[in-house]
Amino acid sequence: MNRITESPEPSAIQDFLNRRLFLRRGGSVLGATALASLARAEEASPGLPGFPHHPAKAKRIIYLFQSGAPSQMDLFDPKPRMEKERGKDLPESIRKGQRLTTMTSGQKNFPIAPSLFKFARHGQSGAWMSEVLPNLAKIADELCFIRSMHTEAINHDPAITFCQTGHQLAGRPSIGSWLSYGLGTQNRNLPAYVVLTSFGSGRPNDQPLYDRLWSAGFIPTQHQGVKFRNSGDPVLYLSDPAGMNRGVRRSMLDELAALNRRDHETYADPEIDSRIAQYEMAFRMQASVPDLIDVSKEPAHILDLYGPDVKRPGSYAANCLLARRLAERDVRCIQLFHMGWDHHGGLPTALKGQCKDTDQATAALILDLKQRGLLEDTLIVWGGEFGRTIYSQGALTETNYGRDHHPRCFTVFLAGAGVRKGFTLGETDDYGYNIVSDPVHVHDLNATILHLLGVDHKKLTYRFQGRDYRLTDIHGERVGKILA
Amino acid sequence: MKPALTLILCLPLLTLSAAPVGYNREVRPVLSDHCFACHGPDAANRKAGLRLDQPGDWDREEFIRRILTTDPDEVMPPPKAHKALSASQQQILRRWIEEGSRYESHWSFVPPVKATPSTGIDDFIRAALPARGLHPAPRADQTTLVRRVALDLTGLPPTLEEQQRFAPPDSYEAMVDHFLAKPAFGEHMAVAWLDAARYADTNGYQVDRDRELWPWRDWVVRAFNANLPFDRFTIEQLAGDLLPGATLDQRIATGFHRNHMFNEEGGIIAEEFLAEYTADRVETTAAVWLGQTFNCCRCHDHKFDPFTQRDFYAMKAFFHNVPERGVGIYGNPVRTNAPPFLKLPSPELEARINSLNGRLKDVEEHQKRFTSEDLEPWAQRLAQTSIDWQILPPVKATGGDQPPRIEGDAVVVGPQETRPNDLALTLRLPTAKLTGLRIECATADASASFQWSELRIPHARARALEPAFLNLLDNDRRTRSPLSISPGKPVQALFELEGELAGGELTLTLGVENAGGSTRWRVFVTTAPRELLVPDSLVAVAKTPAASRSPQDQKLLTGFRLSQLPEYRRLSDEAVALRREIAAAEGEIPTTLVMEEQKDPRPTFVLLRGAYDKPGERVAPATPAVLPKPAADVPGNRLGLARWLVAPENPLTARVTVNRFWQQLFGAGLVRSSEDFGSQGDLPSHPELLDWLAVTFRESGWDVKGLLKLLVMSETYRQSSRCPDDAAAREADPANVWLARASRHRLPAEVIRDQALAASGLLVGKMGGPAVKPYHPPGLYEQVVAQRDNPKATYQQGTGEDLHRRSLYTYWKRSVPHPGMLLFDAPFREVCAMRRTRSNTPLQALNLMNDPTYVESARFLALRMIGEGGATPESRVAHGCRLVLARPPAPAEKAVLLAALQRALSDFGRDPASATEFLSVGEKKTVAPASPAEVAAYTLLASTLLNLDETISRE
Repeated sequence: MNRITESPEPSAIQDFLNRRLFLRRGGSVLGATALASLARAEEASPGLPGFPHHPAKAKRIIYLFQSGAPSQMDLFDPKPRMEKERGKDLPESIRKGQRLTTMTSGQKNFPIAPSLFKFARHGQSGAWMSEVLPNLAKIADELCFIRSMHTEAINHDPAITFCQTGHQLAGRPSIGSWLSYGLGTQNRNLPAYVVLTSFGSGRPNDQPLYDRLWSAGFIPTQHQGVKFRNSGDPVLYLSDPAGMNRGVRRSMLDELAALNRRDHETYADPEIDSRIAQYEMAFRMQASVPDLIDVSKEPAHILDLYGPDVKRPGSYAANCLLARRLAERDVRCIQLFHMGWDHHGGLPTALKGQCKDTDQATAALILDLKQRGLLEDTLIVWGGEFGRTIYSQGALTETNYGRDHHPRCFTVFLAGAGVRKGFTLGETDDYGYNIVSDPVHVHDLNATILHLLGVDHKKLTYRFQGRDYRLTDIHGERVGKILA
Repeated sequence: MKPALTLILCLPLLTLSAAPVGYNREVRPVLSDHCFACHGPDAANRKAGLRLDQPGDWDREEFIRRILTTDPDEVMPPPKAHKALSASQQQILRRWIEEGSRYESHWSFVPPVKATPSTGIDDFIRAALPARGLHPAPRADQTTLVRRVALDLTGLPPTLEEQQRFAPPDSYEAMVDHFLAKPAFGEHMAVAWLDAARYADTNGYQVDRDRELWPWRDWVVRAFNANLPFDRFTIEQLAGDLLPGATLDQRIATGFHRNHMFNEEGGIIAEEFLAEYTADRVETTAAVWLGQTFNCCRCHDHKFDPFTQRDFYAMKAFFHNVPERGVGIYGNPVRTNAPPFLKLPSPELEARINSLNGRLKDVEEHQKRFTSEDLEPWAQRLAQTSIDWQILPPVKATGGDQPPRIEGDAVVVGPQETRPNDLALTLRLPTAKLTGLRIECATADASASFQWSELRIPHARARALEPAFLNLLDNDRRTRSPLSISPGKPVQALFELEGELAGGELTLTLGVENAGGSTRWRVFVTTAPRELLVPDSLVAVAKTPAASRSPQDQKLLTGFRLSQLPEYRRLSDEAVALRREIAAAEGEIPTTLVMEEQKDPRPTFVLLRGAYDKPGERVAPATPAVLPKPAADVPGNRLGLARWLVAPENPLTARVTVNRFWQQLFGAGLVRSSEDFGSQGDLPSHPELLDWLAVTFRESGWDVKGLLKLLVMSETYRQSSRCPDDAAAREADPANVWLARASRHRLPAEVIRDQALAASGLLVGKMGGPAVKPYHPPGLYEQVVAQRDNPKATYQQGTGEDLHRRSLYTYWKRSVPHPGMLLFDAPFREVCAMRRTRSNTPLQALNLMNDPTYVESARFLALRMIGEGGATPESRVAHGCRLVLARPPAPAEKAVLLAALQRALSDFGRDPASATEFLSVGEKKTVAPASPAEVAAYTLLASTLLNLDETISRE
C-alpha cells in the first residue's frame, strides 16, 4: 500500500457506509423519519463490494466444533486389522519419527489399541460408523465424510486456533468474523456470527475455550462472534436493569436520539447517526433475542427429535435447537463448541458419554433443517481440531485405553448446501496413522467452506501490518471431490 | 479492497503530481504491493533473478512491455497473483521509467532532519491545506478545550473546579501544565503502553492462570508521572537489569519483555514455546521501537522490506539468554510466577517473616539439645519384633468421576480421576484398641500417576510418622507432597492413632486425583506398642549393628526415637505449625516477572521455516544489517540493543515514538499505520513535520511531557472538530488526514468507564497494586474456563473500593478479558497492539444502558444533581451536564432534558415499586434525599447523559 490512507480503516464496511453518508448528506440535519429509513436500509447489510464472488450454494453455515478432538478410529474410520495387532508396539515404519506430545513421548512402548466399538455400514452409501452413533447412522446418506483431514499442531490451543483462524498463534480473525466481514449480515436484528458452547459429559472438566477463538483479530471488532450464554442474559447486558420497563426504555431512547441529533447539528459527524442507529438496533435485539431463545412454543415432536437433553439450557442438544432457530433467522455463521473430547485415558466410557450428548441432537438438527427446506442452503460441518493415536496412552486393558493427540489424520463430516451426499473421501493406512489418499488440510477445508458460501478464499483479504492476510494464509485448495 | 473507494481516494494525489513521479511517494507503493513479493528482498522466492527494490541492471523496455501487454501469458503481475495493475498505476511506472527510474532509500530509514526552518507544528499543517482547497477551522471554544485536554491527558473529565479555573481562554497553558502534573496523567498514558507491551494479569493460552506483573505496570505509571525521558524509559525496560548498579526499580522495569503469553498446557514441548516467547520479544521490540513488521522474517526473508531471516534470529539472540523454561509448572498452585521473578515484600511482611523464622530457629535449637538415652535397646526391640498388621476389609466405596470398585480386600480407583475428588472408603474395624494405621496404594500400570492431597479420619487424631505425609492431614487441598508410584513400588503411609478407634465402621476420606492408570488401595491397622510404629525402612536401619550404620541413618534413627518423647513431639508440632505459617506469609509476598541474563549464553540458531526443531546456522546477537550499526562501545547484549534503539543515528525510534503520541492526541498518526513504517505501511501525511517532531523530541532529551505539551499547545490541536458545512471541503478530506479541523473520535474503553465513575463521584483515586475485579456479568467464566487446577474458574467479584477503581487496574484475563473493555475495542493483550480500532455497535449501547457499572454511576450522578445542583430542575439538569460534558446545556437541550425529567417523574411516580427496584442496582447503597420516584427519574436522566454520543466522544 504505502500511500497516505485517507480513510481511517479503509477496508471496514462501517467506514464505507459512514463515508457514503458523509458525502451524501454532509451537514444537513436528519429528521427522525430519515433516520428510521436509514436504519431500515441497513437491515440487510451487504458485504464488501464484489461479494459474493460467485453464486453461493450456502447462505449460512452451522459449524459443530467438537473441541478436544474426537477419536476417528472409534467413530468413523474402522481399522479391523488392528484386532490382530492388539497390544503390539506401533512399528517405527508407521510412526516415522512423528513428534509426540510430552504426555506420551516418555512412554517406553506404544501398544496398539483396536477400537472396542463395533462398526457397520449404513445407508445406501454404505458409510462406516460405529455403534455409538446410532442416530447419525440413520441419516448416513445425508453426510459427506472426509477421513483424510490433517493439521499442523499437536496441542489443543494452537490446533483449535488453527482451525478457527488458519494460524496456530492467537491474533488473527476467526472464520465467522471473515464471513461477517466479507458477506455482511442478512438480519440486522441479530449478530452475523453467533457462538454457543456446551460442556461434554465425557470429560466434564476438560479443555477450556476462550473468547478469542471467535474474535475478529485485527479486522474491525463488530465482526467478532457474539457468544450466546445459557444462563443470565443470552447476550451480554441485554436485559434492562431492574425496574425499567420497555415503555420507559423506549422514551429514554427517543430522548437520547433527540439529544444526539442536536449533537449532530453541532458536529455533523456521521458517526453520530450511526450511533443512533446502533441504539435502535440494540432496542430491537432486546426483543429479537429473547424471542429467538424462547423455545416454549416448539412442539413436543420437535423437542423429542432432539432428545431429552434439549430441555437443559446450555446442553449441546439445546444449542442444536437454537442453531436451527438462528438458521431460520438467517444468521450467517452459527458455531457450536462442544467440549469434552480429549480422551487420554478411559476413552471407551468417555466417548460413549460424548456421543450420547451429540449423536441424536446432531442428527435431529440435520433432519429438522431438512424438513423445513433449510438444509438446501445451510452448510453443516462437524469436526474437531485433530485426531487421536491408534496406540494407547497409558495401560491397555481389555476394557480400557486412552489415546493421545494425532495431527496426521482425522475425520470430519459435512452435510447440506452444495455438499456431495452419502460420500466418503480419503483413506488412511491400516493403523489410521498416515493418510493414504486424498489428503485434506485444514486450509483446504476452510477454502471449501468459503467456496460454498460464495467466497474465493484467495480474495477475502484484509491488510494488516503491511500484509494482505486471509483465512487460508497462503495455502488452501478447494476440495472439488466433495462438492455436489 | 474496494476499487471504487480506492480510486476516489487516489485522485487528489494524482492531480497534485505534475512534478516528476517520486519514488517513495508514488512508485514504491505500486512496486511493493504488486511486484516485490517475487522481485524483492526475499532471495529464496525471487523469480527470474529480477530484483526491483534496488537499482540494478535490468531491462527497462522489457519491464514496460510486460506491464502494459494484454497477453495473459506475458503480463506482469501474472493474473494468478490477483495483483493486476490499474491504468493509473501503469502510468506511474511508465513515467518513472521515462524519467530515468531513479530510486530513493525507503523514507523511514533515512535519518530525520529538520529540513525547513519552522516555528512549529501549525506551519507544517497549514502549508498543506491551500493546495487541497482546505482552510483551518477556528479555535474550539474554551469549554470544549478544557474537556478535550483533560480527557486526552488524564483520561478523566475536568472537575467542576477545573472547569471554572480554566474557563478564561488565556489560562490554556496553565491548564495544560496542570493536567500534565496530575497523577492521573501517568495512569492514562500507561494504557496505550500496556497495549503495546501486551500486559495482562494471566498467562494466556489454554490454562490461563494468574501471573504477577502489576509492579511493572505501576512502574510504567510512575515513569510517565516522573517524566522519565523516553531513552531511559526504553533502556530500563529492555535492559534495566544490566545497568551498572541496577536499582530494584530498574529491574522491575524489565518486566516489559515478560509480558508475553506463557503456555502451561500439559504435554507441550518446552523448546517449541521458548521459541514462541523469544520470537514475541523480537516482534514486539521491532513494532514498538522500530515500527517494523518482523514477524514476516521469522520464516523467510521479508518480502517487502530489506530485513532477512538472519536479522530476525540475530535479534532473537538478544532475548534468548534468560534463565527460563518454555513451559509452566503444570499442576502447581495457582500463584506461581515462572522464573525469573523478584520478590517484593512490604517491610511489615518482611518483619513478620523474620520473626517467624527466628521463632522456628529457637524451636529447632531447643530440639537439638535433646539426646536419646535408650537408643540401642529400642533399636533392638524394633529389630526383634515384627508388627502384626491387620487388613481392614472395605464395605463401601463412593465418590469420584468413576465410582471406586471393591475388589477383594482392596479398593480400585481410576483409571480416570481427572480432578481432585473426595473418595469415601468405609471399612469394618476390629474391636481391639488400635494404635496404628497404614494406607497402601499400589499400581500395576507403568504410566500411572496420581496426586494424594488429603486424608480425613473421623473420631481420631492421627499423626503422620513421615514428613512426606504431613500435608495429608492439614485440611488444605493445595498442599501436597510429590509422591511417586510405580509397579512393585507402592506408596505406604504410616499413621499413629491418638484418639479412640475400636469396633464398628470407619469411613476414611481420601482427596485423590488420578491422571492415568488405576490404583489399588488397602488399609491396615495394628494394636502394636506405639514405640514400635516405624516405617519399614527404619526397621532395616535398626537391624544394622550400630557400628555399621551410616551417619545419616544413625541420625534418622535418633530423630525418630526422640520424636516419641512428649516434649520433643510438642516442639515438632510447633515447628510444623511455624513452617506452615512461614509458607503462608511467603505466599503473600508480591512477586514480579523480570528479565535476567544467564551466565552461559544459550546458543541461537536460525530456525528453518521458523520451526523450533529445525535449527540452521548459529547466529550472534546483532541489530538488523540494513540499519546503522551500533557504536563500537555498546555491549553485545540487551543493554547494547536498548542503547542502539535510542542512539542519535537510529532513524526509526524517535519517529515511531512521536507518531504514537501524535496518534494518542489526534486520533490517528501522521503515519496512520503506526505499527508499520515499512514499505507496506502508510506514508507519512506530513513527512517534514514528522521529522521535525522526531528531531525536536530527541534533542529535548526525549522529554515526553515536553512533547505532549508541544502538541497540545498547537493551534492545530485546538481547532474545532466540527465538520465543515461546505461540501467541497468535506469531500476534500473526509478522514481528516490534513487536519483542517480537530479530530472527533470515540473515547477508549477505559476512559468511558472512568469518566462515568468520576462524574458520579464514585471513582476511587487509589493508585497501583494488584488488579481488582469490578462488576462482571455472572457466569461468564464458567462457560469457557475449565475448573481443573483452577480455583479462579469463577470470577470472584470484588467489593467496596475494588468496584470503583480506574479501569487500568481491572483484572485482565486473556482468555476472557472484561467484556466492558472488549466491547469498546480494547485488544485481548495476547500480542503487541499499537492502535485500537473504533467500532460502533449495538452491544456497546447495551453495555452503557444496562451494565450495573453505568446504572450505579447514573444513580450517584443523580444524587449529585439533586444534592449539589440547587433546588430547581433547571439548575440540577445543568449541573449534570457540567459533570458529564463539562458544559452547561444549550437551551434546546435543556428543553429536551426537562421534558424527559417530567416524563420520568410521572412514569416512576405511577410505579414507585419499579423506582425502588431501579435504585437497587449496584453494591453501593445510598441514603435517598428525595422520594424514590424522584431519584429514579434523575437516575434515568443521568443514564441518558452517560449514553450520549458526545459523552463517549472526544469533541
